[in-house]
Amino acid sequence: MNHVTAALRTAKARLVVIGNGMAGMRTVEEILNRAPDKYDITVFGAEPRVNYNRIMLSPLLSGEKDFDEIVINSPEWYTENNIHLYSGDPVIKIDRDRKVVISKSGTETEYDQLLLATGSDPIIIPVPGHKLDGVVTFRDVDDVDTMLGAAAKGGPAVVIGGGLLGLEAAVGLQSRGMDVTVLHLAGHVMERQLDPSAGYLLAQELERRGITVITEADTAEIVGSEHVTGVRLKDGRMIPADLVVMAVGIRPNGRLAADAGVAVERGIVVDDVMTTSDPAIFAVGECVQHRGQCYGLVAPLFEMAKSLADHMAEIETDGYTGSVTSTKLKVTGVDVFSAGDFSGGGETEEIVFRDAGRGVYKRIVLEDGKIKGAVLYGDTSDGGWYFQLMKDGEDVTELRDTLAFGQAFAAGSSGNPLDAVAALPDDAEICGCNGVCKGSIVAAISEKSLTTLDEVKGHTKASASCGSCSGLVENLLAATLGGDYQAATVKPICTCTDHDHDSVRRLIIAKNLKSMPAVMQELEWKSSDGCHVCRPALNYYLLAAWPGEYVDHGASRFINERVHANIQKDGTYSVIPRMWGGLTNPRELRAIADVADKFEIPTVKVTGGQRIDLLGVKKEDLPAVWADLNAAGMVSGHAYGKSLRTVKSCVGQEWCRFGTQMSMGMAVELEKMTWGSWMPHKFKMAVSGCPRNCAEATIKDFGVVATDGGWDLHVGGNGGIHVRATDLLCKVTSDDEVKEYCGAFIQLYREEARYLERTAPWIERVGLKHVQERVVDDEANRKALFERFMISQKTAQIDPWAERASEGVDAHEFTPLSMVAAE
Amino acid sequence: MSNTLTWVEVGPAANIPQQGARTLQTETDRIAIFRTLDDQIFALLDRCPHKQGPLAQGIVHGHFVTCPLHNMVFSLETGETQGPDDGCAAKVECQVIDGIVRVGLTELQAGLRHAG
Repeated sequence: MNHVTAALRTAKARLVVIGNGMAGMRTVEEILNRAPDKYDITVFGAEPRVNYNRIMLSPLLSGEKDFDEIVINSPEWYTENNIHLYSGDPVIKIDRDRKVVISKSGTETEYDQLLLATGSDPIIIPVPGHKLDGVVTFRDVDDVDTMLGAAAKGGPAVVIGGGLLGLEAAVGLQSRGMDVTVLHLAGHVMERQLDPSAGYLLAQELERRGITVITEADTAEIVGSEHVTGVRLKDGRMIPADLVVMAVGIRPNGRLAADAGVAVERGIVVDDVMTTSDPAIFAVGECVQHRGQCYGLVAPLFEMAKSLADHMAEIETDGYTGSVTSTKLKVTGVDVFSAGDFSGGGETEEIVFRDAGRGVYKRIVLEDGKIKGAVLYGDTSDGGWYFQLMKDGEDVTELRDTLAFGQAFAAGSSGNPLDAVAALPDDAEICGCNGVCKGSIVAAISEKSLTTLDEVKGHTKASASCGSCSGLVENLLAATLGGDYQAATVKPICTCTDHDHDSVRRLIIAKNLKSMPAVMQELEWKSSDGCHVCRPALNYYLLAAWPGEYVDHGASRFINERVHANIQKDGTYSVIPRMWGGLTNPRELRAIADVADKFEIPTVKVTGGQRIDLLGVKKEDLPAVWADLNAAGMVSGHAYGKSLRTVKSCVGQEWCRFGTQMSMGMAVELEKMTWGSWMPHKFKMAVSGCPRNCAEATIKDFGVVATDGGWDLHVGGNGGIHVRATDLLCKVTSDDEVKEYCGAFIQLYREEARYLERTAPWIERVGLKHVQERVVDDEANRKALFERFMISQKTAQIDPWAERASEGVDAHEFTPLSMVAAE
Repeated sequence: MSNTLTWVEVGPAANIPQQGARTLQTETDRIAIFRTLDDQIFALLDRCPHKQGPLAQGIVHGHFVTCPLHNMVFSLETGETQGPDDGCAAKVECQVIDGIVRVGLTELQAGLRHAG
């Protein structure tokens, strides 16, 4: 940890921040932007980790994100900015007289200025049984871990609270395979954000996904002796549960402040520059009460952070004047938006638009010609526009007739998103979470020569939180840069989808998707049946995710894999029988020679992988060629596939006078263990019997080189267009270890690499250290990987030739149609 | 020589795999007959205009096929290449009547010759 010198300490004011969450760290970032050298900063956080994006807990639960992706500031960020972080060490007392905070571990830290960003606590209804095991809140990463632990066992779950957070928890748990019931006290879900109609549509959608929603459900008791077993309602109904999530609301956390004698009502009372009743103490975020309001959304926190940073950097500021908020539900495939007051009645008028077929509902509430509130369900693309009109107090009387059709219609535009974004005024808010307007994004793009979404995120924070505005930000990039703009760094698999490879892999598992139509439906594919780019990738991801269960989809395989031979430039095929470890015998050689004669195969060649290639076989002859080769005991060489191809060997200790280990034996064992396994790309192995490395193992995906004491294991080699020598993974001593490490490495590659990514670019992307941590350092993980590999191998080692040669599988591939005269 | 087509039956549409194809050898050409996911039947000459790739061996998606040799994408409806590539695969007339696929062949393809 970084310690600042005493000399510097005296030069700078000491700022202590209590709370390592989104509000506190945003304030620190804003201060660093304005006055990087003004404060010597110390941060105390209760959670034992760096700060992360709490609003992304739902995607973390559903599996759409992992923790690394929701981290806001890395440990390096704290170091680089000379911030002393005490994580996992909450402050337990503020001594205002001595200007000192005391942490749980006993550390005393002096401050000149103190910032409270203690956030809020989840409300726990004190019904009987609320302290049982298995009752959790949905507030931090530990809660998510508890929920994931329960979900891994399956079974029933009850979510108490049908608000934003409760529904996100319910959908997350349901996608993790639990049987979920939502209990909600009010008459319809999300009643603070939605009117009854939109609430009804949302409940219907949840029911369609298999979630039970019970409204007007008043919880009497949580039942169980040690661990929860169910929830009983006041009307006597009993709902079984292995997990109960309480998501009924939050309460500002003002305990520390109150104990120290700072004014606290519902929250810590602050003025417009976020100063508490003690002028040396500030407060921001969910813990505060400003002009009588407490906020539980992220946008206001960030507005507060800016006002406070201005104040602390001694920049003139209007201060914080309160926030108008809007909400979105972060559930994939459910679009819900609400803003302002939509209760209606009084002098208000309503514009309602319904399209039952599309499941679209829009309701806009007007008062004196201005938008007072809006609820959108099913189509929320105009939410930002309504919100802006509302915040600006714009008179929409002239737009009234077409208001429900949205911005594109109002502007009479072609529906081109670039036109729409170009037409927005500079003060139009693009990123609601971070309160970033169009003008500042465009200015940052031009002044700092930004060209990617990530750069815009980094410099402006736009789309750095929930990410729902990233499309708009990209449009702004395109509109500002014109032809210079290269779209997103994360590339979708193909034009059929917006998802990249990694998120598709994760969602297949998280949402339990087991067929190609299920993937395309749930992940909103834009084409009816994909294309030649995404279908082979999806087929592989499904095979890898559900071994033994997913049925291979031949029509989604490249021709080589579909017919188990290599197509050549003239449309004929080449056939390469497997020769285990590169070994053969006279009987096999005779059979190969006979086949070449019988089917008039023009070319017989030895390959680089020590196998014999029969080139120029007519497609119709393939089954007969295979039948003859099968009869001589040979199986398919998979020389065509994104799969284990060959294991090359030298003659090793069996014959070589320098050999230190049995390389031929090891090569045969490795090939027998690994053949038939489908991979993201072709996979080659080699075993050399001594460090002279005659089998050239150091340009293979997995290379084994014998030494006096055992084996060196190499990974990530590639003899392709860009030759890459292997990295040394580790050294092992026994033959069994070679096999275990080999299987574990392959499985890691199978589970993590993108389709058509060979081990060389994969390792360069993720780093050798990542692979070593999982395969070498973590024994339990290695054994688990190896076990998963062997489980998927149980159903993988079927010779595709035999099925086709003798059982008539895919016979249509090899027999042409015949003509019958019709006229 | 006239442009009259000779219609020949090649069997039930169900004999062609969904999102797949089968071939038909005529006197002069090999024809690829495709069946899409929405059960429509299309036919092209079984060679791409680029390097004579056997289109019947490609991946069928939507109303398109991707050539197995170099991944050029052709419309099954028109034979036109998609995207930046140039070229057009030769379209062959076909129809489905009562579930039976019929292909319209030219006289040369059908092996008929006019006297003189």
